[in-house]
Amino acid sequence: MKINLKVNGIDKTFLIQKNEYLLDVLRRNDYPSVRRGCDNTSCGVCTVLLDGKPVPSCSVLAIRCENKIITTVEGIEKEAEKLAKHFGELGADQCGFCNPSMALTVYSLKLENKEANEEEIKNYLVGNLCRCTGYVAQHEAIKRYLGDES
Amino acid sequence: MIKGMEIKEYIAPKTISETYSLLSESKSNKVIAGGAWIKISFKHVDKLISLDNLALDYIKEDNESFVIGAMTTLRAIETHGGLKQLASGILSQAIGSVMGINIRNIATIGGSIMGKFAFSDLLGVLLVLDAKLVFFKAGDVSIYDFVEMTKVPEDILLEIKLKKDNLKGYFKKISKTHLDFAILNIAITKRDNFKIAVGSRPNIAKLAIDTANYLNSQKTIDEETIENAVEIAGNEIKLGDNLRGSKEYREVLMKTYLKRGIREVVK
Ligand SMILES: Cc1cc2nc3c(=O)[nH]c(=O)nc-3n(C[C@H](O)[C@H](O)[C@H](O)COP(=O)(O)OP(=O)(O)OC[C@H]3O[C@@H](n4cnc5c(N)ncnc54)[C@H](O)[C@@H]3O)c2cc1C
Repeated sequence: MKINLKVNGIDKTFLIQKNEYLLDVLRRNDYPSVRRGCDNTSCGVCTVLLDGKPVPSCSVLAIRCENKIITTVEGIEKEAEKLAKHFGELGADQCGFCNPSMALTVYSLKLENKEANEEEIKNYLVGNLCRCTGYVAQHEAIKRYLGDES
Repeated sequence: MIKGMEIKEYIAPKTISETYSLLSESKSNKVIAGGAWIKISFKHVDKLISLDNLALDYIKEDNESFVIGAMTTLRAIETHGGLKQLASGILSQAIGSVMGINIRNIATIGGSIMGKFAFSDLLGVLLVLDAKLVFFKAGDVSIYDFVEMTKVPEDILLEIKLKKDNLKGYFKKISKTHLDFAILNIAITKRDNFKIAVGSRPNIAKLAIDTANYLNSQKTIDEETIENAVEIAGNEIKLGDNLRGSKEYREVLMKTYLKRGIREVVK
C-alpha cells in the first residue's frame, strides 16, 4: 500500500507494509540520519518530528502517518549547524550517533521554551540517550544554543 | 531489529459503535491508541483497530471538572495549564516521570489506563483523584472498580472525568533512573479527607483505605498519628519482591515517603 507524507517540506509517496514502522520506512527511503537503536521506545535515537513534535519513529506505525509532516535533521539544517558549532567548541559529542535525534529534540525545546533552565533542559532530554558523553558538556552547549540570537 | 507484529488487517473506523463491534468479533482483534506498548506486547493481531478517527483527543475544562479524551497524549495532559494546578499538579508530575517527552508525545491516557500496568505511575494518582472512566458499553466506572477488576473489560474507553476538588496533593516515584519503572510510587490527596495509593508494589496500585480512614478520624495530624498511620499502611498494603527491589526495601521506602507525603498535604 502507499502513504503520502511531507518529509522536510517535500511531498513524498512511499510504498509500505501495514506492519512497518516509520523508522523502517524512512531508513529504507534514504533518510539514514534516523537511527535504529533500542527499537522499543527507550533510547530516542530514532526521534523525528511528527507534525512538529518529537516522537520515537520506531514505535509509530507508518500506516497511521498519512498526510503527516515529518522532519528529520536534514529539515532543520541551519539550526543543526548552530547546535553543532557549540557541540564542537565544547567537545560535547564523540561518536555522533545520537546527534541527529538530539538536534531535533533540542530544536523542539527551543520552539517550546527558549528560556529553559538547566533542570528543564535535562528533563526535556531524558528520552535521548548518549552513551559516549556524560551530558555535562552537551547541556552547556544546549544552553549556549538556546541563548543564540534568533 | 524487533520483528514487527503481524497484522492481518488495519482499520480506522469513523464511529465508536463500528470500533466496538470490530473489537467484539474476536479476541485477536485489538484497538491501538499510542501504540507504544502494543509494539512490545503483541506478536500477532488479526484486525488492528485504530482510534485515530474518533475525535477522542481533547481536554475540556469547566468550573467543576476536567474531561480528558482517551486519545489525549500524556504530554498534552502534562503541559495543560489547568491540570497542572489540580491537586498540586500530581497528575502532571506523575506523567512527567514517565520516560522521555518523545514517548509521552505518542502514549495516550487511554492506553495507560487500559494497559492496567502494575508499574503504572498514573493509576495511583487517578485513584486518589477519584477519576471516573467512561466506557462505550459499561458507561461510568470508577477508577477504583476498574483497578479492582480481575480482567480488563472488552470495551472502548472514551474519556476520563476528574473533579476540581481543591485538593492538596503529593506524588513520589522512586526509580533507579528516569527511564526505569518505579520501585514504588505513592500518591496522596487531601481536602477534608485523605486518599492514599501505593503502586508498583510491585503489584498494581492500591488504595490504603484503612490508613486513610484512621487519619480521617483524627482531630489533629501530628508525628504520633503519622507514625500510627504508617504502621497501619504496613499491615494493609502488601509489598513484594521483583528485580527492581526487595520487599524489605519497599517497606522502608513506603514508610519514608508516606510520612513525607502526609506531612506535605497537611502543611
Ligand atoms: C518502554 C516503555 C516504558 C514505559 N515506562 C512507563 C513508566 O515508567 N511508567 C508508566 O506509568 N508507564 C510507562 N509506560 C507506559 C506508557 O506510559 C503508556 O501507558 C503505554 O505506552 C500505553 O499507552 P499507548 O497509548 O501507547 O497504548 P497502546 O500501546 O496503543 O495500547 C495499550 C493497551 O490498551 C488498549 N487500549 C488503548 N486505548 C484504549 C481505549 N481507548 N479503549 C480500550 N482499549 C484501549 C490497547 O488495545 C492495548 O491493549 C512505558 C511504556 C513503554 C513502551
